[in-house]
Amino acid sequence: MEGLDEVRGDIGARGAVEPGETGHVRRRHPSAKEYVRIGVILVVLTTLEVWTSYSGLPHGLLITMLFGLAFVKFALVVLWYMHLRFDDSRYSRFFIMGASGAGILFLVVLLLLKAFAR
Amino acid sequence: MADTTAHAAPVEHTSTGLPSTKLAMWLFLASECLLFGALITTYVLYRGASTTGPYPHEIFDIRYTSVSSFVLLASSLTMVLALTAAEQRDFARMRLWLVATAMLGLTFVGGQVYEFTSFYHEGLTIKSNLFGTTFYVLTGFHGVHVTVGILMLLSLVGMSWAGRLPDDQAFPVEMVGLYWHFVDIVWIVIFTVVYLIPQPKPAG
Repeated sequence: MEGLDEVRGDIGARGAVEPGETGHVRRRHPSAKEYVRIGVILVVLTTLEVWTSYSGLPHGLLITMLFGLAFVKFALVVLWYMHLRFDDSRYSRFFIMGASGAGILFLVVLLLLKAFAR
Repeated sequence: MADTTAHAAPVEHTSTGLPSTKLAMWLFLASECLLFGALITTYVLYRGASTTGPYPHEIFDIRYTSVSSFVLLASSLTMVLALTAAEQRDFARMRLWLVATAMLGLTFVGGQVYEFTSFYHEGLTIKSNLFGTTFYVLTGFHGVHVTVGILMLLSLVGMSWAGRLPDDQAFPVEMVGLYWHFVDIVWIVIFTVVYLIPQPKPAG
């Protein structure tokens, strides 16, 4: 049955769903208040990133922290603003396919060529 | 989750049970990940490989670029607020947030044009060295994507104002929003890799 797995979605974890008038599924998106909350977190994380870049931390720790913060920001935007947390998991699979391809390419360069060791 | 808002995809019977437009948009964004992944990797590959200046540490102004980053982040927030307004069928407020998003995008692109111009005057062109080539290609591609996003946003505002959007205006807003947020997440990576990570000592 089309869209059945959407209706089966875990309401608490992935956003509430309800059947639409024509049998299609309505998915609930975050409210404006939640969006603003995520926005504030993103601003705080960006400020932390800039501070970290000036902090004079050891090179390895600095790189790890900056990539960690960028990853959290990336995930927040993708999961909340792009709604992957709430939408059908097939959208996530498509995106993860592309993003992991790019990530693997990046990691190969990073690790094999030691690009950030310089 | 009492304070959430509902949004229905337009009625469309497909073999996947998902709206084809949205599926196509996610496929497109996946392919864009590969494009920017290749460009960012190329930049990283040639870090510190330039034998002549200007070098990144001589021309980058992290404080200036940080402000641009905050502007782009703010535009992502206004974009989702436009979507919320569309879901609540408050189309006047939706257009207002869309215009705000476009203006923030324009500010970002304007900042990038100013940055490119000042780098040019300091001697960094696309042909100066490996840093210039990889930097301009990567950030230039991103800037073009932001510009396309601004055109999409303004088209959406114009079509909504002229009554040429379907009754469920939230769906096209969500599609343009996906593209806009993608541009934002690409910048999150570029900002870290290009600007924040300390640049290596010049080669040679």
